[in-house]
Amino acid sequence: MLFALTVAALVLIPVAVTFSSFAEVEGDILAHLTEFVLPDLVGNTVWLMFGVGVGVSVLGVSLAWLTAMCEFPGRRVFDWALLLPLALPAYVTAFVAIGLLDFTGPLQTWLRDTWNLTGLPEIRSRGGVILVMSLALYPYVYLIARNAFATQGAIALEAAQSLGLSRTRGFFRVALPMARPWIAAGMMLALMETLADFGTMAIFNYDTFTTAIYKAWYSLFSLSAAAQLASILILFVLVAVVFEQRSRARMRYGAVGRGAASRRIRLSPLLATLAFAYAGIVLAIAFVIPVTQLALWTRDVVASDLDNRYWGFAWHSVLLSGIGAAMVVTIALLLAYAGRQRPGSGMAWLQRLATLGYAFPGAVLAVGLFIPVAWLDNQIIEAGHAWFGFEGSEILKGTLVVMLLAYLVRFLAVGFGPVDSGLHRITRNVDEAARNLGTGTAGLLARVHLPMLRASLLTAAALAFVDIMKEMPITLMTRPFGWDTLAVRVFEMTSEGEWERAALPSLAIVIAGIIPVILLTWRGTRAHG
Amino acid sequence: MKSTLTRLLSVVALGLASLPALAEEVVVYSARNEQLIKPLFDAYTRETGVQVKFVTDKEGPLMARLKAEGKNTPADVLLTVDAGNLWQASEEGLLRPIKSKTLQTNVPAHLRDPDNEWFGLSVRARTMVYNTGKVKPGELSTYEDLANPKWKGRLCLRTSKKVYNQSLVAMMITEYGEDKTEDMVRGWVANLATSPFPDDTKAMEAVAAGQCDVTLVNTYYFGRLMDKKSDLPLAIFWPNQNLKNKAAGVHVNVSGAGVTRHARNPAGAQKLIEWLSSEKAQNQFADVNLEYPVNPKVSPDQKVAAWGNFKQNLINVKDAGSLQAKAVKLMDRAGYK
Repeated sequence: MLFALTVAALVLIPVAVTFSSFAEVEGDILAHLTEFVLPDLVGNTVWLMFGVGVGVSVLGVSLAWLTAMCEFPGRRVFDWALLLPLALPAYVTAFVAIGLLDFTGPLQTWLRDTWNLTGLPEIRSRGGVILVMSLALYPYVYLIARNAFATQGAIALEAAQSLGLSRTRGFFRVALPMARPWIAAGMMLALMETLADFGTMAIFNYDTFTTAIYKAWYSLFSLSAAAQLASILILFVLVAVVFEQRSRARMRYGAVGRGAASRRIRLSPLLATLAFAYAGIVLAIAFVIPVTQLALWTRDVVASDLDNRYWGFAWHSVLLSGIGAAMVVTIALLLAYAGRQRPGSGMAWLQRLATLGYAFPGAVLAVGLFIPVAWLDNQIIEAGHAWFGFEGSEILKGTLVVMLLAYLVRFLAVGFGPVDSGLHRITRNVDEAARNLGTGTAGLLARVHLPMLRASLLTAAALAFVDIMKEMPITLMTRPFGWDTLAVRVFEMTSEGEWERAALPSLAIVIAGIIPVILLTWRGTRAHG
Repeated sequence: MKSTLTRLLSVVALGLASLPALAEEVVVYSARNEQLIKPLFDAYTRETGVQVKFVTDKEGPLMARLKAEGKNTPADVLLTVDAGNLWQASEEGLLRPIKSKTLQTNVPAHLRDPDNEWFGLSVRARTMVYNTGKVKPGELSTYEDLANPKWKGRLCLRTSKKVYNQSLVAMMITEYGEDKTEDMVRGWVANLATSPFPDDTKAMEAVAAGQCDVTLVNTYYFGRLMDKKSDLPLAIFWPNQNLKNKAAGVHVNVSGAGVTRHARNPAGAQKLIEWLSSEKAQNQFADVNLEYPVNPKVSPDQKVAAWGNFKQNLINVKDAGSLQAKAVKLMDRAGYK
C-alpha cells in the first residue's frame, strides 16, 4: 500500500502542480477559449476518441485473431511484422500520408495529369486523422490481444464448439469476451496516447484538447490557462478509466490452460487469400510505405547529414530507453502486485492515479515535473551556499535521474496495462497450490509467477522501450547538457519543416525500435510453442 | 526536522556535484535550432577560447524552465525566434537590460527592444509567393488586398497556430485596429482554396500544383524549396511597398537574444550576443538559414539578394509581441484555424 502510495504520489506531483494553476485564473483567456475554441475541439476530441477507439479495436482484434488462431500463407511473418508500426512515430505516418495523398502528392497529381480526375476525399480531414492514428496505434491492441488469444483462444473456442456454437458465434460469444480485459488495456493505451498527441494533430491542423493547451500556452502566453485545460483533460481521462474499469469489475477470469498452435484453424484457399491480402495491406500502409518514403528521403541527405555524432545520439536513445523500460516494468510489476496483495477500491484508485501520466500532453507534464525539481534544487543550493559556500546552479535538474523519473511518470501506464492483465490471469488456485507445496512468497514470484508472466513483462518492456525512443518533450526539457538523442534530432529538423532531413534520425529510431519488437516476438513464439 | 533533511541532502548533493568550471563558459538556452547555431558557437570558441554550452527546446518550455530555476538558472543567454517570444520573456522578467554601444549600432532600432532587454540577430521577411503561370505581379498589391473577393478560391494559408501569421495580423492591428483587421482576416478565410497547411512549404507546393494561386511565407522557406526544385512556377512578390500608413512595407520579424536576469556570466553573455551581431558573424548567422542579416552593414547571401530589394515595415517588432494574444483571439473569432 505504501509503495503504491509512493508511486501514485510521484505521478500526482506534476498533476498537482498543474491543478494548482487554478489559483490564478485568467478569466478573459478562458472565456475566449470557451466561446470560440472549446465547442469545436470538444466535438473534434470526441469524434477522434470514438473513431480511433473503433479503428484500433477492429484492426487490432481482427489481425490478432488471424495470426494467433488461423493458419494462412505468410502468417509467421505477419505475426511479428504487424507489430512494426509501433516503432514508427504517429506524426511520421501522418506526414507521409499527407505527402502522398494530398492534392500536391504523387497520387492525385498522377490522377489529374493522366485521367483529369479530381475531387478525391481530402486526407487532411477528420477521417484522415482517424485513419492515420488507427494505423499508428493498432499494435497496442494487436500485441496484447494476440497474447490473450494465443494462450486461451483455441481451447475456449473448442469448448464453445463442443457446446454447439458455430465458429463465428464462438468467437463473438466466448473468445472475444474472454480477451476483453486485454483488448481494453490496449485500447486505453491507444486512446490515452491519442489524447496526448500533439505532433500528428499539428500536421493535420486538427484541433483537440491538447492543441488548445498548446495554443493557450504558446500563443496566448498563459501557462496557467494551459494547465487549467490540462486538468480538465485529466478529469476526462479519469472518468473514462473509471467507466472502463467498472464495466469489467464483475467479470472474473480463470486460465484455461495453454493454447496450442497445432490447433490453429485452417482457412479455405479463398479465406486464406483474403486474410493474406488484409494483413498485407494494413502492413503496407502502416509501415512499409512510410518507411520506404523515409528511406528515400534519407538517401538524399545521408551524405551531408550523417556524421559521427549520430552514434552518440543513437547510443543515448538506446541507453535511456533501456534503463527507462527496465524501471517502468519493475515499478509496474510491483504496483500490480500491490493490487494483488491488497485488493480494494483504495488500491484500485492509487493504481489508476499512478498510470495517468500517459494521457498528459508531454510538454505540460515536463513542466509540471520540472517546477518541483527546480524548487528542490534551489532549496539545496541555498542551504549549500549558506553552509559551505557552494557555488553552483544545478544539483538534481540536469541529471539523468530527473529524466528517468519523468519517463517513469509518463510511461508507467504502458508497462502497467500488460503486466496487470497478465497477473490477473494467474488464478489464486495457482498460488494456493504452490503454497501447499511449501513455496514461500519469493519462491512463488521467482519460480511460478515470473515464468507465467514472461510474455506480459516482455510486452511491457518492449512498449515502454519504443515509446521512450519516440518521446520528445520530456527529453527536450530534462536532458542534461549534451545528452541529445535521436528524438531530439528529429525535433530540430521537423520544427523547421525539414522533413527530408528528419527522415534520417526517424529511420534510426525505427531501426532501433524494431530490435525489441523482434526480440519480443521471438521470445513470445518460443514461449507459446 | 526539515532543516536536518535539507542539510543532509545538500551534503550528499555537494559530494555528487563536481565543479569543473575552470575555463570561461557561456550557457545558452536556444529555441533556434541546433543546426543553425552550433556552427556559430564553434566559431566563437575557436576565436575566443570561450566555451558555449547550449540546450535546445521550444520557447514555451525554455521560458517555463528559466522561470522555475529562478536565480539558480545555469543559463546566461536566451536565444529564440520571433519577437513575440522575446517580448514575453522580457514581460515575465526573465531578461535584464544591457548597455551596449555595439548592439545599438549593429541592430536597427525597430528590430530591438526599446528597453534593451533583447536584440534581433536575423530578419525574417514574411511575403507573398505566387504561381507565375496564373498570376501577374500587377494583380498583387497588399496583404489587405488578399481579402478582396477577386481572390476567392485562390488563396492558401499556413495555420494560424504558427506565430508568423499571428505577428503579421498583430502588425495590421497597429494600423487598422481590431475591427477592421478582423474583417480582413474574415476575407482571407473566405478566399481560402483549401484548409490551412501545417507549414509554409506545403502551402507553396499547393500554389505550385495549382490548388491555389498565392500564399504568404517566410522567404527562407521559399529559398529552401527552390533549392530542391528549381523548376517550380513560383516567384516572390513584395507587398505593401506603396502604402503611406503604418502597415507600409513588408512584415518582418526577428530571431534574437537577450541576457538572462540571473545570468552567472552576464559579461560573457553580452560579449557573445555582440559578437553574433558583428559583421564577422552576421553573414553566417543569416546565410545558414537564408535569412536577412540584421546588421545594415552586412549584405545578404547572393541567393537571397537575388529576390530583390524591398521596404521593411518599420513598426517596432516588439508590438508584434504585445499584440500577439489579441491577434490570436481575433483569428479565432474570424474562424481562421
